[in-house]
Amino acid sequence: MQSGKIEEIWTLLGSVPDPEIPVISVVELGVIRDVKFVDNEYIILVTPTYSGCPAVKTFQDDIKIQLKKNNIPNFKIEIVYKPAWTTEWMSKATKDKLMKYGISPPEKYAQCPQCSSRNIELISEFGATACKSLYKCSDCLEPFEHFKCI
Amino acid sequence: MQDLEKYILRIADTSLILGQRLSEWCSNGPTLEEDIALSNISLDLFGQANGLLEYVSKLNGVKSADEIAFKRNERQFYNLQICEQDNGHFGETIIRQFLCDSYFKLFYLSLADSKDETLSAIAHKSLKEVEYHLRHSSNWVIRLGDGTKESNDKIQQSLNQIWKYTGEFFEMDELDNKMLEKNIGVDNINLKVKWDIIINKTLNQAKLSRPEDGYMMSGSKKGLHTEFLGKLLAQMQYLPRAYPNAKW
Repeated sequence: MQSGKIEEIWTLLGSVPDPEIPVISVVELGVIRDVKFVDNEYIILVTPTYSGCPAVKTFQDDIKIQLKKNNIPNFKIEIVYKPAWTTEWMSKATKDKLMKYGISPPEKYAQCPQCSSRNIELISEFGATACKSLYKCSDCLEPFEHFKCI
Repeated sequence: MQDLEKYILRIADTSLILGQRLSEWCSNGPTLEEDIALSNISLDLFGQANGLLEYVSKLNGVKSADEIAFKRNERQFYNLQICEQDNGHFGETIIRQFLCDSYFKLFYLSLADSKDETLSAIAHKSLKEVEYHLRHSSNWVIRLGDGTKESNDKIQQSLNQIWKYTGEFFEMDELDNKMLEKNIGVDNINLKVKWDIIINKTLNQAKLSRPEDGYMMSGSKKGLHTEFLGKLLAQMQYLPRAYPNAKW
């Protein structure tokens, strides 16, 4: 076995979408910490977003399917907790994608993804998923989700 | 059972049982937003418990995390007694959550310095989550305490009733001392001063009076519990015990 497929694995992981926010991939989300080759096996280090986020299990299954489909059978996924996942690992391009998709990206102040207004109101600190809170725009009156900074 | 396993079980069980309690609010919350909030907090607690139980399972080498969660009886659980108390009304749940969140924050802050790398990593992760939970529960304590006469009366009564379960946060037994000596565990007594500061500040803002320290409940470190844990386990463990091969 060779270790030459690391780059290919990164590309394949880049095509696995976040199950809750399919507009970004698991790589863009920042949960893939490293891909290594040890003892004839690729090890994919994954960190959870939130400890109890159900999407973590789903995207692990999605990763397994994607790699097996592309003839990479010798891999295993390992969970790492340190350093703890942070939204700071998201790039500007990823944040722009979220905004376009209708989710206010993880920055200190939420912004209405519909009309870009910052005149907003917090409805709830918890949204439909662990990573989001719920806001309402005071200008266009649309409710929207904000990706929490963590 | 090895010392380290038992020490981690105490932390894991505390998250697991409180998570199970909070999950009872799912579809019963006073508003849709709070229903979602309490369910999300419950999920975080389950996640923390899962990480810890996976670690116990690894140390144990025989039982899986699921087996440890679902195949133990009441006296084999080491969660703090405050976690197993009935939800009561929304105010009772919120005050219990606030007391626990303030304790969790300080506990994980200290556990983050543990010499045990896995425990330290899980503590770092959990800390971020419980700080957010604390913000939520503190805001509600203030809103209810500094709300109407009725809401103030109710939450003050809830606080008075549950206060006797807060003594366990700061207890140290032989195992705690052993773990502390090895730089793995937390000095629980040390947490008290900072906990007092958090509690006093928020209670003051909420126009609530801090109850006197009277008789304090104790015993969870030895597996002794109040009447509520058995019923909780009966519900939580029913499916995997009745259908041992069930997959989900």
